Amino acid sequence: MKINIILAGVGGQGILSIAAILDTAALQKNLYVKQSEVHGMSQRGGAVESHVRISDKPIFSDLIPSGKADLIIALEPMELLRYLPFLKKEGWLVSDSNPFDNIAHYPDLKGVLSEIETHKNHIILDALNTAKKIGNSKAANMVLLGASIGILPFTEAVVLAAIKKLFSKKGERIIKLNTAAFLKGVEYSKK
Amino acid sequence: MRLLVLGNEAIAQGAIDAGISGVYAYPGTPSTEITQYIQKSKTANKRAIHTEWSANEKTATEAALGMSYAGKRVLVCMKHVGLNVASDAFMNMAISGINGGLVLIIADDPSMHSSQNEQDSRFYGKFALVPILEPCNQQEAYDITRFAFELSEKYDLPVILRMVTRLSHSRSIIETQEPRKEKKLSVPKYANNFKLIPAYAKDQYKKLVIKQEALLKDSENSPYNQFIDAKDYAIGIITTGIAYNYVMENFDDQPCPYPILKLSQYPVPKQKIKKLYQSCNSILVLEEGYPIIEERLKDYFDIDTKVKGRLSGDVPRTGELNPNIVAKALGLTNDTTYKIPNIVTGRPPELCVGCAHRDLFDSINTLIPEIGEKHIFGDIGCYALGSLPPFNTINTLIDMGASIPMAKGASDAGLFPTIAVIGDSTFTHSGMTGLLDAVNENSPITVIISDNSAVAMTGSQDSAALGRLLAICKGIGVPEKHLIVINPLHKNHDINVDTIRKELFYKGISVIIAQRACVQIPKAQKDKIKETILMRSQN
Repeated sequence: MKINIILAGVGGQGILSIAAILDTAALQKNLYVKQSEVHGMSQRGGAVESHVRISDKPIFSDLIPSGKADLIIALEPMELLRYLPFLKKEGWLVSDSNPFDNIAHYPDLKGVLSEIETHKNHIILDALNTAKKIGNSKAANMVLLGASIGILPFTEAVVLAAIKKLFSKKGERIIKLNTAAFLKGVEYSKK
Repeated sequence: MRLLVLGNEAIAQGAIDAGISGVYAYPGTPSTEITQYIQKSKTANKRAIHTEWSANEKTATEAALGMSYAGKRVLVCMKHVGLNVASDAFMNMAISGINGGLVLIIADDPSMHSSQNEQDSRFYGKFALVPILEPCNQQEAYDITRFAFELSEKYDLPVILRMVTRLSHSRSIIETQEPRKEKKLSVPKYANNFKLIPAYAKDQYKKLVIKQEALLKDSENSPYNQFIDAKDYAIGIITTGIAYNYVMENFDDQPCPYPILKLSQYPVPKQKIKKLYQSCNSILVLEEGYPIIEERLKDYFDIDTKVKGRLSGDVPRTGELNPNIVAKALGLTNDTTYKIPNIVTGRPPELCVGCAHRDLFDSINTLIPEIGEKHIFGDIGCYALGSLPPFNTINTLIDMGASIPMAKGASDAGLFPTIAVIGDSTFTHSGMTGLLDAVNENSPITVIISDNSAVAMTGSQDSAALGRLLAICKGIGVPEKHLIVINPLHKNHDINVDTIRKELFYKGISVIIAQRACVQIPKAQKDKIKETILMRSQN
């Protein structure tokens, strides 16, 4: 078992929380994990990515080779497209439908989404508003994680336990919010 | 104990378990998390390990040498360019030697993710004639940190542990070992080696040169310099640090068909390399950074083309390695991949919404038509983003503190007016001495210290300048009449423009402190900052 996941978004959108949950789940299942992240200047509103690699055998490279990602989860649709060269043939794409427009000339959104739709294995959903309805748009990342459940090497229960562990210091309310957001995503994926 | 940690955190845990009594550092990507981990560590707090940030990398290195002089183990951390600042102390502590074990973690940034160059710190190790260690993964980072202290104490030398961004900022699982006890306070038995007057220095330098033979022998036998044999001698591969991972990645759980010399300890083991060189048809050198080993092996006149790497063009001359670059160098084919659709546009980093630098740049930009284009000198920090659209305010970014002397030099050449824009922490790091030069000549420059009460770029660490800027500037001799504090808020735009204009056209030195805290500072830290400012203003 080996899975390569790219997490994409804009600095501050919460891709590192997704990464941390996947790491925690892997640790719990006694699997090997490598997860790279971006620190420093790029974090300030720029494009950020995280490579998550999980396997039952030792993992060498901290970076996923191009053409080897099984899944790209993006908190922002244009950011998903930026990492397409990493995607395996017939790999999965999971993206929020909402653009994060902090640049001078954001491209035509329909064009961006239709680029994603040219790939057979894609899930595009309004994670931002789903999370907002639950109580906080910041939990959009958990909606997307939930929507990816079918591709992840973990059961719902394992991910839920990881969410609980990761947010344990932030209190019951935050755990509930993130759990609910994750479950909404799972629900969507089953449609 | 099993831990899921960043490469940087593996080092920090390794240092704690190696029995350090202190860590000295100045924040800088990709090195920052090492010190932060120790600051938050329960064990470190219980042991009262010293963990405060230093004013710059040179003071950090010197303080570390002091702790080592007093017999204790100590860690120093910085980014690669920080070692330029600390190099005076570093080069000379190689001559003096150390007492308690002293390890310098130098985090290089190949591909310049968050830096102005990609200099390779292994050059410094060779320059100073001290051992260098270069781990390939998180577990090795932990183990090798502990080993670095043993090596340092074995040879009475500082040791460089070189990290690179990808390992510093990648997380994996490590297994820790039984911690070692800290050392007891003890001044050096013979302190002459620390008195580098020529008579003693000559003697010490000879000793350092003599030690090289033993260091080389250690490298030849090091468990971190491993020869992995294979059947096909068409290519002999030499890897340093994380380059090994990219080779192995390409063989997908199978052994590599070519022999590999995996190096993590320097000086380079000459005999091991010679053996590989003689037995293989060609040699592929894979180094994350500059072609340091390749240059040594390569025929200077390119008559013999046996050695391949960055200099031969088989690997790109600049930028970091990755599995695909290494595949190409190995003659393997990469999978065809999807292209980035043309619709995708760049998303460069930007200043945060509500950031005080934004309002400062707006005020300065209003004045550019009056002062002329390209009169503004910048420095290192978030405000370097002022060199990009939409602001385009800043024209230079060279090194920590360069803005003030550069503005002065341009002014000496006849450019008027000139402005230096520098952050609070960068000012206390390396700006104060430049200001003294400008004060001594009453240079007609305007220094704007954009004071956001934190080392913001690297994650709001404590700024050494906190609550001290006015007193420092006064002490350096800036006339009070031309030492002005403004609050860079949108509503103050017009009045700030007037203030800056007045000082700009004044024909002498002036300092404007644009003071508003970074919007990213967490609430609890803001309260602590207020307390510190109050306390320091009363002293």
